[in-house]
Amino acid sequence: MGDVGKRDEVLHSENAAMVVRGLRESFNLGKTRSFQWRKNQLEGILRMIEEREGEIMEALYSDLAKPQMESFLHEISMAKGACMVALKNLKSWMKPEKVGTLLSTYPSTSSIVPEPFGVVLIISAWNYPFLLSIEPVIGAIAAGNAVVLKPSEISPATSSLLARLLPQYTDNLCVKVVEGAVTETTALLEQKWDKIFYTGNGRVGRLVMAAAAKHLTPVVLELGGKSPVVVDSNIDLKVAMKRIAVGKWGCTSGQACIAPDYIITTKSFASKVADEMIATVQKFYGKNPLESTDLARIVNSNHFARLSKLLDDDLVSGKIVYGGQRDEKRLRIAPTLMLDVPEDSLIMRDEIFGPLLPIITVDKIQDSFDFINSRTKPLAAYLFTNDKQLEKMFVENVSAGGMCVNDTVLHMANKNLPFGGVGESGTGAYHGKFSFDAFSHKKSVLSRNFGGEIGARYPPYTPRKQKIVRALLSGDIIGLIMILFFSKSS
Amino acid sequence: MGDVGKREDQSQASFDGESAAVLTRELRESFNLGKTRSFQWRSNQLKGLLRMMEEKEADIMGALYSDLAKPQLESYLHEISMAKESVTFAMKNLKSWMKPKKVGSQAATFPSSANIVPEPFGVVLIISAWNYPFLLSIDPVIGAIAAGNAVVLKPSEIAPATSSLFARLLPEYVDDLCIKVVEGAVVETTALLEQKWDKIFYTGNGRVGRIVMAAAAKHLTPVILELGGKSPVVVDSNVDLKVATKRIAVGKWGCSSGQACIAPDYIITTKSLAPKLLDSMKITLERFYGKEPLESSDLARIVNSNHFARLSKLLDDDLVSGKIVYGGKRDEKRLRIAPTLLLDVPEDSLIMKDEIFGPLLPIITVDKIEDSIGVINSRTKPLAAYLFTKDKKLEKMFVENVSAGGMSINETVLHLANKNLPFGGVGESGIGAYHGQFSFDAFSHKKAVLSRNFYGEVSARYPPYTARKQRILRALLNFDIIGLILALVWHKS
Repeated sequence: MGDVGKRDEVLHSENAAMVVRGLRESFNLGKTRSFQWRKNQLEGILRMIEEREGEIMEALYSDLAKPQMESFLHEISMAKGACMVALKNLKSWMKPEKVGTLLSTYPSTSSIVPEPFGVVLIISAWNYPFLLSIEPVIGAIAAGNAVVLKPSEISPATSSLLARLLPQYTDNLCVKVVEGAVTETTALLEQKWDKIFYTGNGRVGRLVMAAAAKHLTPVVLELGGKSPVVVDSNIDLKVAMKRIAVGKWGCTSGQACIAPDYIITTKSFASKVADEMIATVQKFYGKNPLESTDLARIVNSNHFARLSKLLDDDLVSGKIVYGGQRDEKRLRIAPTLMLDVPEDSLIMRDEIFGPLLPIITVDKIQDSFDFINSRTKPLAAYLFTNDKQLEKMFVENVSAGGMCVNDTVLHMANKNLPFGGVGESGTGAYHGKFSFDAFSHKKSVLSRNFGGEIGARYPPYTPRKQKIVRALLSGDIIGLIMILFFSKSS
Repeated sequence: MGDVGKREDQSQASFDGESAAVLTRELRESFNLGKTRSFQWRSNQLKGLLRMMEEKEADIMGALYSDLAKPQLESYLHEISMAKESVTFAMKNLKSWMKPKKVGSQAATFPSSANIVPEPFGVVLIISAWNYPFLLSIDPVIGAIAAGNAVVLKPSEIAPATSSLFARLLPEYVDDLCIKVVEGAVVETTALLEQKWDKIFYTGNGRVGRIVMAAAAKHLTPVILELGGKSPVVVDSNVDLKVATKRIAVGKWGCSSGQACIAPDYIITTKSLAPKLLDSMKITLERFYGKEPLESSDLARIVNSNHFARLSKLLDDDLVSGKIVYGGKRDEKRLRIAPTLLLDVPEDSLIMKDEIFGPLLPIITVDKIEDSIGVINSRTKPLAAYLFTKDKKLEKMFVENVSAGGMSINETVLHLANKNLPFGGVGESGIGAYHGQFSFDAFSHKKAVLSRNFYGEVSARYPPYTARKQRILRALLNFDIIGLILALVWHKS
């Protein structure tokens, strides 16, 4: 059970091939197809989340010093919610969908029948290491697939926990956890999968898709980007700053794919924004934010160094208006605000993924849309405004994975909304039924009997037959009547 | 007309990476100006395409005849008629497709509204195939335009008359600053594939499909790959053999002489039914194409000498030489092969290896009809699978256990004609789907939008975190009504 998952063991291609082969055999035996099997796995996962909540929270604390509230709200609660939505709707999701059928094949029925792809690979990320593993797994299982989960090695406690617990709560002949880093992931990616679901960054996303291309394996890539927050004037600035702050620092200290990355506002409004944000951060985290237990830490020293570099960039050093304190030993960086950073500074280049929040200024608020559109498409885009016209312009002209108006991050919590990126921020989506769809092939089925023959469709072709067929296809009622007259023969 | 084609060829001769980059840059500028976004623009392009099909039907038929010797009824039925239906369906539904879709919101974000807003990807590349060179170009283009994208169409060079026709006609009927045709072969396609596209739609084979996806991976470009496979037809006993063989035959030889991605590739039936099935099929074939099928004008020809040689090789395979039970005649000069039946070919023969894509139909036999499911599942997933049966249990078993892009029961090919059914493959037969609304969806990003106002603050969500706040949120998220009331009572502060 734990053999394949032992972190000491380097997983070579042969082992990866063996894992896939075993899963494919299980899948081909039809084990994962029944409603009962899927229900049992989902119930198992739900039980795991309920019974092991304490251990999960501990692992998240070990990996990220995640505050209990965040672990509860963002990982445990969301994972439970995903499980329950799947359990509640599974029967109806699995049901073939009847659709309108052709007059020309009367009598006939047409249906769309969902079926699992087969054996799927899910590669998870380190910032929401529990949720981003469990939620795709829930979708894959609901859709009837056999699953390999590769949790991120950068969150080792959660990776171990999943390797240890999942086999206790699910059918470990069909749901497997493989731990490891680059070597193991490469070995896994060499295999032929029926679907690959990857959460992470664009560089590795390209590698995943290239590997998938060798086998024509469809992929879902949940990536990231620089999620902008446009802040208009004439708003409730207090509420706005709170909602931005909790979406940024209240989400693993900004290490979240849809955390607000940077603010854009007008030159005239910028200082008010900065002042109110400073007040909000102080209210949230006190005067010594490095000591606040309500802030997650930076995941490791690599990322700490990366973020430090952004702060040390000459182009922004004079722009820090709040925060900037760091504690390398404890891997903590205080919530930091920068005002008027240059567009070509390091911090404005890549996704920040940390507790630094630059504010960029424009002359007119509408200019912010061009600014956003001049960059790659983000995973999320946010706008705070009371101006309905501006909201309309924003929604119609800014392309992003998803959007919130007058809030941040919350669109991810609505299970009726597809969650995914576009362009550099990803391909495909999931959550709720979209998870089931992400892991299903929608097979078309047209079913007839032997009646309703239309002789005109068969060779030898004659001008008369062509006329009949034309009439039938253009819905020509008179022609149709003629056909019914003529079609008695074979 | 032919001169314009020649001029196009000469100017295309230097279409390289540089030209491709210039082309995509121009299209991106047009797209960024918002030209393709309005309902009006999309509607105008679709109307233009419909007008083109109505006004130039004869030209289109002529090109199809030139490329494949396609019989007029086929050209009309499969290409023109399907394309017309596709565009009128898009025109009829465009407004509703473009509309944001409201979805349910949660108590936790009250008050809020949640919508799914479709938007175009941007600049898309459509690479078409040679066997239905008109339809397989126009149908995806219709979807791309309906979804508001700028488009480059690369028709197949193996159907040169239709490719030329597009290059010539499309600019006359649509906005040629946003919709462009690039003719060419490997060099030009490679140059195009190096660029960054916002979506790539490819119809063709698995080998090139892999190349397309690998190129797309460099830019994280999503793809749709409409590929092929060996589409099996399972024939059960106790069926109306006359009707069954007619429906199989018209799906095979009535579709570009078997050169169709969802044409029945091979038949599986029981050893006991095989002789009856064979006899019935022979009668059907003779009724359809007469005693000299090489002379029948109701059969398309083989597209070119490469494919003719490929198909000949399948017939000349030692393993099948004694198995030809009908047909087998060839005319290399006119690129014609007669409808040919083979019985009991070995599973390791050449003809059972790859997609046949031609007028050869092998029949394999099994002991029990249920064994056919194992045979099909031992191979890569086909684009289509067919079953002829009156046995509802067998039908259920087939639908539940055979994985394919799509299926028809007691019919062949026709599931493709239903606009309410998604058309696409799975596994080796492809990724993604289109037709009807699925075409619009294929070329759209579905953007999630949650919209709130500044009320409905739930202060429990903000730091500093306390045990009490956690309790409130737990209640809220568990739909605990008492807890919810408590939360609402607390939120005033």
